[in-house]
Amino acid sequence: MHHTVQHARPHTRRKPATTLAAVAALALVGVLGACSSGGSAAAGGEAGGDDTTYTWWDPYPQHDDASDWAGRVQACGEEAGVTIERTAYDTTALTNQALLAAQESTSPDVILLDNPAVSTLADTGMLTTVDELGLDISGVDENLLAAGVVGGETYGIPIGANTLSLYYNADVLKDADVDPASITDWDSLTAALKAVTDGGHKGITFAGIGTEEGSFQFLPWFWGAGADLRDLDSPEAVAALELWKGWLDDGYAPNSVINNSQNTTWEEFLTGDFGFAVNGTWQVDSAAGADFEAGTIQLPGRDGGVAPAPTGGEFILAPVQEDTARYDVTRQIVECMTTPEGFVETANTFAYYIPPTADGQAALLEEKPDLEPWVEAVRNAKGRTSDDLGADYPVISEALWTAVQNALSGAATPQEALKTAQADAEAGLS
Amino acid sequence: MITTEATAGAPPGVGPGAGRLPAAPRRRRGPAASQWAAAGFAAPLLVYLILFYAYPLWRNIDLSVHDYTIRAFVQGNAEFVGFEKYAEVFTSAAFPAALWNTAVFTVVSIVFQYAIGLALAVFFRSGFRLSGALRAMFLVPWLLPLIVSASTWAWMLNSDNGIVNSVLGAFGVEQINWLTSPDTALLSVTIANIWLGIPFNLVILYSGLQNIPGEVYEAASLDGAGAWRQFWSITFPLLRPVSAITLLLGLIYTLKVVDVIWIMTTGGPGNASTTLAIWSYREAFGTGQPDFSPAAAVGNVLIVIALVFGFLHLQLQRRQEES
Repeated sequence: MHHTVQHARPHTRRKPATTLAAVAALALVGVLGACSSGGSAAAGGEAGGDDTTYTWWDPYPQHDDASDWAGRVQACGEEAGVTIERTAYDTTALTNQALLAAQESTSPDVILLDNPAVSTLADTGMLTTVDELGLDISGVDENLLAAGVVGGETYGIPIGANTLSLYYNADVLKDADVDPASITDWDSLTAALKAVTDGGHKGITFAGIGTEEGSFQFLPWFWGAGADLRDLDSPEAVAALELWKGWLDDGYAPNSVINNSQNTTWEEFLTGDFGFAVNGTWQVDSAAGADFEAGTIQLPGRDGGVAPAPTGGEFILAPVQEDTARYDVTRQIVECMTTPEGFVETANTFAYYIPPTADGQAALLEEKPDLEPWVEAVRNAKGRTSDDLGADYPVISEALWTAVQNALSGAATPQEALKTAQADAEAGLS
Repeated sequence: MITTEATAGAPPGVGPGAGRLPAAPRRRRGPAASQWAAAGFAAPLLVYLILFYAYPLWRNIDLSVHDYTIRAFVQGNAEFVGFEKYAEVFTSAAFPAALWNTAVFTVVSIVFQYAIGLALAVFFRSGFRLSGALRAMFLVPWLLPLIVSASTWAWMLNSDNGIVNSVLGAFGVEQINWLTSPDTALLSVTIANIWLGIPFNLVILYSGLQNIPGEVYEAASLDGAGAWRQFWSITFPLLRPVSAITLLLGLIYTLKVVDVIWIMTTGGPGNASTTLAIWSYREAFGTGQPDFSPAAAVGNVLIVIALVFGFLHLQLQRRQEES
């Protein structure tokens, strides 16, 4: 390293000849020219460029250009008489890209985005409302639409929804003599975990990782206790965290849940050792292919009933364009994705998204009656940014997952951890 | 530090072009033309430096002295707040913890990386059979993508199913929650980072050892110095310049480590393994709410720390050149 510096110096001190300078200058012009033409082509692509090409971003890099999903997107473009240029990012990158593009006024025509991020983007003023675009949202379930509602305006339509349920291993439960139907509240669940653990199996696994996934998995218990995200240190919230902490302390849940992502959780469950696992709609196929018989029950509330689980899934959004004439075609593309048939097709293309409208759900159940429990779960689910939390949610969520981490790892008691979380959330929002 | 030095020699247009100079001196048009030419040659490098070094640095400072909420980021109307974000960072309860974690992580990593790297370098110097192959195997941590090695470490240190705990368990040690206990999380990521850094130290120190002439050792053994004495009286003092550079480069590398820690613990549980670099990354990209201003402020603090040691490096180097 040091070496190269010393070598470079003598060269630069020599007097260069003009011919060479001219060559270098030409080369430089050439390079810059190439850059700028490449750059403008890319920028043009992002901005939609001409009237027959519409740009589309989604968070599904696993579906390449030859996939069914890419074919569907293209078909919707053809129906509207345009070509769609699709670019896939992973979820976090997509939010950042969308923000950058909005800053440069090069937003794509359509973005598919994870629902808790919608209010954040809407807050910047970079999204059109469904009214501006002229979309009909009357059929969409209110609890699913809520994530797209900010300040009374709706900024997008869910293309499908998923949520969490409690998967169980029927073989393990049979062995421990536990009837899944008997699990109706926290006490009966904990009793079932005790029976499973006493029978030599492992109890339950979930994802308590220090990211949004951790909050996502904790919320069914948090809401199931009756707690409110505006009040993180309420007695109800403490009860929910104590439930998790108690499972760890009693050995009903492995200590590694503190670092578990939902994927890791699922892999643990697939080993066949665990009685229960908290996971989402997207594992239905995998559960059917497991070496043991897997079933699902609804996540129980503290004193019975079904706990509201958070909704997952993407919204279809139309960012603001300078050329408002583009909105007409954009509307046609969005409508193509949000018909009942469109919803069912999306549900089938992705490992089981539940359609967000009653019509769509009915159509899906006709094809796949097994998904009935999931449709029910989605109907009971609750948007994370609901209750008018909007763009405040990410701040609260970070405080919440940190509290979960601190309590489970023993750095603080549930009470202390949540008290700190509430203070952090308030400080972050002030 | 490292990258800036590398770029000084990097643009290939300058090197070879300048090398062919003596062949074309005929159409010289006086000093003005040659000055233009000089500027022409320097221009690509300058443009490159400004575009890729000066501007990002400037932008980082710019971000840290404005209040960039997401809305302000998109609309470009962030309010100027001066050093408010720095004040927030310095007074935050997370700051002393992150600073302490950064110090522990960096110092412990470097000390062990250096000691083990040096021991291995001396070991391989004797050039026994298969030493070449063995040495190559020690480079594996360097060749593996970080996501692979960090994930593997995370699996090995898993509380319930990790191989480390199952081996310890065979000797009657109780389950240690390596990554999930606030007491051991920082230790665990440090161990993984030490393993990752050994090859770098081994390679540099080994090449440093090649420059120590063999006669010195011969003379020493004629004088009756044993292996231990030879190490402390010859190897270590003669290796000092290389050691200084290795340690300083290692320090700058280690200060900014994000990936290993993020993959293994995401800085958790809670903030137990959050270093300054992790903190900055988390503020900017780790949550659903990008907070660029405090992230940039923390990032700048890290740059200043690295700069201090960078100057120390230059100072040491100058003293060596003088002597």
